[in-house]
Amino acid sequence: MSVIQDQVKVSGYGGQQGPGETNYINHSKGIMSWLLTLDHKRIGLMYMIAVLTAFLGGGLCAIALRTMLYMRSAPDVAPITTGTQDVYNQLFTLHGAILVFMFIIPAVPAILGNMILPLMLGAKDVAFPRLNLLSWYCYMAGATFFLFVLLSGGLDTGWTFYTPYSTSTSTSVAAATMGAFILGFSSILTGLNFIATIHMLRPAGMGWFRMPLFLWALYATSIIQVLATPVLAITLMLLAAERILHVGIFDPALGGDPVLFQHFFWFYSHPAVYIMILPGMGIISELMATFCRRQVFGYSFIAFSSIAIALLGFLVWGHHMYTSGQSAMTNAIFSLITFSVAIPSAIKIFNWLATMYKGSISLATPMLYALAFIWLFTIGGLTGVFLGALSLDIMAHDTYFVVAHFHYVMVGSMLTSFIGGMYYWWPKMFGKMYNETVAKVAWFLIFFGFNLTFFIQFIAGSQGMPRRYADYLPEFAIYHQISTLGSYVLAIGLFLVLYNWIQSLVSGPKAPQNPWGGNTLEWHTSSPPPHENFIEDPHVTEPYEMRAWDYDESIDGYVYDKAKAIELDKQSQH
Amino acid sequence: MLAILAQAEKTFFLPPGRSTVAASHDGLYQFVLWMSVIWLILIAGVMIYFVIKYRRKSPHDKPVGPTHSTAIELGWTLPPLILVMIIFVWGFRGFMDMNQAPNGATRNQVIVAASKWNWSFTYAGGQNDGTLHVPVNTPISLVLTSSDVIHSFYVPDFRVKKDVVPGRYNKTWFQATEVGEYNLFCAEYCGQQHSTMVTKVVVQSQEDYDAYIRKLDEIIMTMPPVELGKRAYKVYGCKQCHSLDGIAGTGPSWKDVFGKTQTFADGSSRKVDENYVRDSILNPGKDLVAGYDNVMPTFQGQIKEQEITGVIELLKSISANYDGPILDKAPAAPGDEAGADAGDTSGGGNDETGETQLQE
Repeated sequence: MSVIQDQVKVSGYGGQQGPGETNYINHSKGIMSWLLTLDHKRIGLMYMIAVLTAFLGGGLCAIALRTMLYMRSAPDVAPITTGTQDVYNQLFTLHGAILVFMFIIPAVPAILGNMILPLMLGAKDVAFPRLNLLSWYCYMAGATFFLFVLLSGGLDTGWTFYTPYSTSTSTSVAAATMGAFILGFSSILTGLNFIATIHMLRPAGMGWFRMPLFLWALYATSIIQVLATPVLAITLMLLAAERILHVGIFDPALGGDPVLFQHFFWFYSHPAVYIMILPGMGIISELMATFCRRQVFGYSFIAFSSIAIALLGFLVWGHHMYTSGQSAMTNAIFSLITFSVAIPSAIKIFNWLATMYKGSISLATPMLYALAFIWLFTIGGLTGVFLGALSLDIMAHDTYFVVAHFHYVMVGSMLTSFIGGMYYWWPKMFGKMYNETVAKVAWFLIFFGFNLTFFIQFIAGSQGMPRRYADYLPEFAIYHQISTLGSYVLAIGLFLVLYNWIQSLVSGPKAPQNPWGGNTLEWHTSSPPPHENFIEDPHVTEPYEMRAWDYDESIDGYVYDKAKAIELDKQSQH
Repeated sequence: MLAILAQAEKTFFLPPGRSTVAASHDGLYQFVLWMSVIWLILIAGVMIYFVIKYRRKSPHDKPVGPTHSTAIELGWTLPPLILVMIIFVWGFRGFMDMNQAPNGATRNQVIVAASKWNWSFTYAGGQNDGTLHVPVNTPISLVLTSSDVIHSFYVPDFRVKKDVVPGRYNKTWFQATEVGEYNLFCAEYCGQQHSTMVTKVVVQSQEDYDAYIRKLDEIIMTMPPVELGKRAYKVYGCKQCHSLDGIAGTGPSWKDVFGKTQTFADGSSRKVDENYVRDSILNPGKDLVAGYDNVMPTFQGQIKEQEITGVIELLKSISANYDGPILDKAPAAPGDEAGADAGDTSGGGNDETGETQLQE
């Protein structure tokens, strides 16, 4: 034992694994070794393939519908046909439903959370590996239902399934709700697993306040997934019961109340917005620390703001319904609580900025995404202040202003944090580096394209352009033209990222164990990690104490100096 | 002329405000907008400044910076907290003004009936039309009803929006401040032709408005039934789904349908006669023509008997399967001339009464 420790003192974990040794990817072979795997990293990889495929599908819908809107801007365009309207309505519905249920919600927890959470805890796997595999199969089963929807007449209700339209349309509502229902179980199982794992499998020496902030964010997310998702499941079951058995719940023709559906739906779907953004915020905390190469400023405020957002997020659903006819008192209460959520979000932004103060800021690709996140999330958050204000929301509700707002938050912020996280952990997941120049060009196209696409929609919406319109009055043409051009730039940027990743897998140079100098535990094992994650137990210290990692030119990565780490740890205890 | 004026007052972000609540809304909008611009510049400015100032010099850098300060945390929580509370109160007061109609608004009550995919407005005297005409500088109270799914009454220039929910009456109000024509949108997605559920609000002087209402009064008495049918075809939104030229839409075309034998979804069939047409309007799901979905709302309680007769005569006039007489003469009543004029007072997006043409 002491011999090993001596070695470690000299060379960190550098000697842990040589070239040609096994890792989780080549540990065993054959399709069944993947389909029946209990390894969280392999499940994360399978999620990655499935979720990115869904992202491609939902994204192509977006490009198609933006193209349709561009074509309506010609000055001598013929009156719109019902066939064109049907196609448009199905496209925006599938775009929303696929991307919300199959991409934004699972992307960070199911891909990066599965990959990284056990590694960050120095654990061998999640608490319930079989449940983890089951959650992937739930995802695939839910996805199959959506595939069936595509082939069986589509869906034209919008992703919100508002009644009584959703109980009266002839499209495949039953299959789609069944799909969303099953996808919900995938989400619940992942959340349950993460809560248990964080409670039970933290290593000796890692108290709650020595946990990386990404884990705090995943923990807060998991609470929402477990508590809110069942409400969606119940709501969708009631909707199916009304459609199939004609039980009057939401449809006034059967004695129901359509606004009740909106309450149920947003009781899940507003907290779900935080399922989408909180893990992204966790990633940003990691990126800020590593690429400023210093301790995060205000660790406990960032950690508690995640929990505060998770809890307050349950109490604001009514702000989706200011115009529905609910009482003025209800509106006022929801407006007040909505504004209170703005505070923890602002605290996070300020703390990230303070982390940059006196740091050593590297502009590596993941950090560029973190900086883009701050820009996009600030705009998304500030425009949320418009929508929280009652009188302004009356005007902006169901217009492109709202479309732009939630794309800034749910797409701009969440997508940049997800891609930033993918780049950050890419060397760890695959043991390969990527082409930095291509990655930066792609970043620029995404950042520029996104702002071009969506900023103009704030103006269109303020001018009164309603959302979900297949056709529009001529005065809105210029906004739609600019937005569509922006979406093409955004799409090119995203395809360039895909090319960048594939090229890295095919011919990327070998990645060192720790290319960035981060100190969270996933950097204490080889890249890619072995099947059992760690050959020896990693050394647990402050998660963002990076001074024990020394840069080594020969490997273009960082090497651990355990003796120094122990010394630094002693200092911090005093 | 009015269109040019309106264009001139349109700001980069907002359309011209043409109602009494617009000023309060626009004031708060400008406040939040400038507050946002300042915050964004501050945050992005600090971010860019730090990126430049603390740019990594060497991969060997091991910087040490402050890690926590409760005083700073509480200090920077305060300004956003105060700002959002100001905005909350301002937004709430603006909303109460939008929500609470002033006394006397109910004297000018209009019933707004939304259905897939049509707006129909019924005035206090029972007259109705497919565009909303209102007198200027007068509070108008709106009672919103839907006969099928949720719609939403939205006039951007007035900063007014309210969902139209089936099974309940929602209410809202506005007071227009300028004579002119304004867009009225459906803002809640309501299915296939949602994006064409757009009409106009026509704001008129009190005299013009009174004259308009008088004309609507005379229409039912004076218009030839076929013309009344054509007007109903537009006002009640029949045209959204039923063509007059034989091309099938969301519903069957009306051409050549009168006198034809229709086959229904349940396999039965029936010859299209006066009673069948009446049933289809008042109870549309009863005999559903094979090949079409049950999407049509009922017009029970909205459409008048004379108008149903008009629709029947319109159907007769365009059917090769009918060779009987057609009521295309005006009823013998005073005001024939006015009746002919009123033929223009039809629904749809480009409707013009004599009065609105005068204003332009």
